Amino acid sequence: MFQHLARTAFGCKSFVGRRLVTVALIVFLVGTVLPLGTASSPDISTRDLNRDPNQHNTDKDHNEHGHHNASRKAFPVLSFDFQRLQMPFETSLWVLLASLMKLGFHLTPRISSIVPESCLLIVVGLLVGGLIKVVGQRPPVLGSDLFFLCLLPPIILDAGYFLPIRPFTENLGTILMFAVVGTLWNAFFVGGLLYGICQLEQVHLGKVDLLACLLFASIISAVDPVAVLAVFEEIHINELLHILVFGESLLNDAVTLVLYHLFEEFAEVGQVTVVDGLLGIVCFLVVAIGGVLVGAIYGILAAFTSRFTSHTRVIEPLFVFLYSYMAYLSAEVFHLSGIMALIACGVVMRPYVEANISHKSHTTIKYFLKMWSSVSDTLIFIFLGVSTVAGNHSWNWTFVTSTVILCLVSRVLGVVGLTYVINKFRIVKLTTKDQFIIAYGGLRGAIAFSLGYLLDDRIFPMRDMFLTAIITVIFFTVFVQGMTIRPLVDLLAVKKKQETKRSINEEIHTQFLDHLLTGIEDICGHYGHHHWKDKMNRFNKKYVKKCLIAGERSKEPQLIAFYHKMEMKQAIELVESGGGVKPPSAIPSTVSMQNIQPKKPPERVLPQLPKGREEEIRKILRTNLQRTRQRLQSYNRHTLVADPYEDRWNEILLKRRKISQMSNYLTVPAPPPESPTMSRARLTSDPQAWSIKPDSDSVPTIKVDLASPQSPPDSVNITDEFGKRPTPPGGDGEDGGLVMKAPPPSLSVTAPWREEKWGEQTEEGKGEQHQQRLMRCLSDPGPSAEEEEDEPFLP
Amino acid sequence: MGGFHSVPNDQRYRELAEKTGFSLEQIGNLHHRFKQLSHNGNTLRRDDFSKIPDLACNPIRFEIIEAFFDKRNFNAHGEGSVEEIGFEEFITIMSYFRPPSLHMSEEQREKLRRVKLRFLFNMHDTDNDGTITLQEYRHVVEELLSRSGALGRETAKGIADAAMLEVASISMGHMEPDEFYEGITFEHFLKILKGIEIESKMHIRFLNVDTTILCK
Repeated sequence: MFQHLARTAFGCKSFVGRRLVTVALIVFLVGTVLPLGTASSPDISTRDLNRDPNQHNTDKDHNEHGHHNASRKAFPVLSFDFQRLQMPFETSLWVLLASLMKLGFHLTPRISSIVPESCLLIVVGLLVGGLIKVVGQRPPVLGSDLFFLCLLPPIILDAGYFLPIRPFTENLGTILMFAVVGTLWNAFFVGGLLYGICQLEQVHLGKVDLLACLLFASIISAVDPVAVLAVFEEIHINELLHILVFGESLLNDAVTLVLYHLFEEFAEVGQVTVVDGLLGIVCFLVVAIGGVLVGAIYGILAAFTSRFTSHTRVIEPLFVFLYSYMAYLSAEVFHLSGIMALIACGVVMRPYVEANISHKSHTTIKYFLKMWSSVSDTLIFIFLGVSTVAGNHSWNWTFVTSTVILCLVSRVLGVVGLTYVINKFRIVKLTTKDQFIIAYGGLRGAIAFSLGYLLDDRIFPMRDMFLTAIITVIFFTVFVQGMTIRPLVDLLAVKKKQETKRSINEEIHTQFLDHLLTGIEDICGHYGHHHWKDKMNRFNKKYVKKCLIAGERSKEPQLIAFYHKMEMKQAIELVESGGGVKPPSAIPSTVSMQNIQPKKPPERVLPQLPKGREEEIRKILRTNLQRTRQRLQSYNRHTLVADPYEDRWNEILLKRRKISQMSNYLTVPAPPPESPTMSRARLTSDPQAWSIKPDSDSVPTIKVDLASPQSPPDSVNITDEFGKRPTPPGGDGEDGGLVMKAPPPSLSVTAPWREEKWGEQTEEGKGEQHQQRLMRCLSDPGPSAEEEEDEPFLP
Repeated sequence: MGGFHSVPNDQRYRELAEKTGFSLEQIGNLHHRFKQLSHNGNTLRRDDFSKIPDLACNPIRFEIIEAFFDKRNFNAHGEGSVEEIGFEEFITIMSYFRPPSLHMSEEQREKLRRVKLRFLFNMHDTDNDGTITLQEYRHVVEELLSRSGALGRETAKGIADAAMLEVASISMGHMEPDEFYEGITFEHFLKILKGIEIESKMHIRFLNVDTTILCK
């Protein structure tokens, strides 16, 4: 019944449909909550209830113990054994709930455009917690172990692995200032003033001593990466602000940790001496640098391991995850900063791992990380809601409100003060608008709650009050600040993230600029920022890359890597857009290669292929044709080389049928297959990766076995359709054309597309009219001749 | 050391400071460096630049050195190149790399961007015809990839062509199959590099203290 509802709901996009979906979700919610409640409650009675049916089963098993019952029972056809499966069942239900919630929110876009997802999830958590309580069970609380070991690492790894390195390193000084000095300022300001307030007579909070206050302040003062990510992801502000707030939230972990441990250790004693303070500073350095080192070591190990995985591509992603998690755990063992270790690991390992792993592994890693971090994120917020309902609260008006106000005030003061100092050293200064966003974006989240939860009840009798205050601050920042930041950003006209992709021109000029500035610095005679960066790059290229990257990838300069990546993306886009039609580029224009090539007299110059090469090419093309024919005739699903886009082929083929008119960008060869013109590069719909092997002798081909259910005649029809323009692709010898010395790339998809040439790259020149060139199917040294689909891929 | 060298130069420094926007200490340092490079002479030649050891591994060193001797960079109407430059020209070129000041209006920013991009444009447009042709662009990319050996040379053409095509597509939009795109004009250049915030990226830090003793 639910399915029917869901189907009808999904089918009709109307308001009613949405309503149905929400109703269905709520009903399902209630349906899952009840077993959740029963499942997670530590109630003994339910367990006893479960036990009795089990006895029957166990009796049967333990026959040899001689537990023969006097009366022989009938064989239990159906039995209920929940006890054994309680834990996994419970966990799965929670994750399922979280995922369904996420699903639900995206189906109701009106609400999610006003309220950020994190708020909605907390509300759901509150509801779920409330329902569980109503049912009579005890809702589970977000345990610190669960949080720190299971829920937090995926989010941090996702953030660290995909951290935009350039803006991060450019602003590292600013980020560190905010993270370290800002958090310290927050902690001491809030702690001190809170202590002062507690000492007031009217408040009756005299028991709260200075250390407890400072401890509480150090917990509450750290900006939380989970909350920041959740909110900032939706508002798309410009890169600088995003990286500043986000970087701060990541790097302040070390400070928080040290302060927490420092104050916790001495809370019992009741006082902290100067020596302890100094030790605390040393501890901070150890924690921070140690964390980073641990992470870096694991990162290098992961990079090194990935060098050898060319034969076991399937488990490549596993190495990435395992090494990162190990880095986190190792850091936690020594009470070093696990978050910084995780970030360092991701950052260090990424360039090398991505050069080594296959395209599919890269996709796997990306999607797994996104999936895990998404689920974690959702679960954290739901649990926050549930824990709010579940926990014992001790509400104290003064304490809570003063905490909230002090947090806000200290954040604003801290940001303003620090910016004043930082702007003296920054070239691109931070404006007032920037400062406001940075201050406003200082959200607190689940880390604060978990740290508070870890407090020992005996040493801190006011733990409940602390927890209540922490939850209030979290709610305030997430709800109030989270909800209002979006309209504020629009109101203040803060610069948003530029959606445009990086173009090749920008990449060229960025590199050019790097070298130029390095050169000018050298001429000026001072070793600045650029000089050291250049030195590091050269060191990296010369020594590190050779160790950690397999094969020739290690020598590939960044520009070329970028170029290949771009081409790859566009090739994939081409496939997805149905091929044949002009790829959906951001720049609609009819300019093509022929417009920029210098004009040449249209004389036909024969292609200058060496004889042996020509023969090779002919041979390969012939075999391709043969294979195509064979394949078309004997189509067997099991002989497929898996292709991620194969399910799209049907659509593509259908679309192609509808294309009655040739676009400019398709060449159709009429000439016989033996013609050397067939050797022209065709960038066809091959989503597979290829590597650069300019020295390979054979004409590289990567074949994708088509799982086309169409019968051969159909495919032939299509080719005929495109045979309307039988242009003899003669080379007209313009050597201004794209000439390459490497073997022409021919990512050929066999079967219907065999006859088509979409690319434009050749060794010989191409005639203007003859060659429809895809706008960006440009040259590069061809892909390797291997058929293996998992080539090292440099994303 | 550093700072003011002698009283007669003081007046000159002030003029230069006004013209280029550097502070007096910065001009003093740069003068010191100038003297170091020119071996206490009054002019610099190309060889003096080539002798800087750090510059040797820079792939675009020729373009950089050439830019110092390019008259177009000295003033808006210059043409051609010179054989040797004095301190004034040296510091004029250096002033292209000054960071933007904190409070700049939008049009000041735009003006600064144009100035800096004009410098880059001049570096690419070696024959001074006002456009960057395909050949010139190819040369640029080849230089950039010159440290990558054979692999670089082959791909350089492809990359340059792709880049050129992109410029043409963005700037011209629609072209008939037989039209020919002459080259990147300055306006097109501005357009394609809008994404890079040149005014905030193209600068180096000019110190007030003299570090020339530490560097070669």
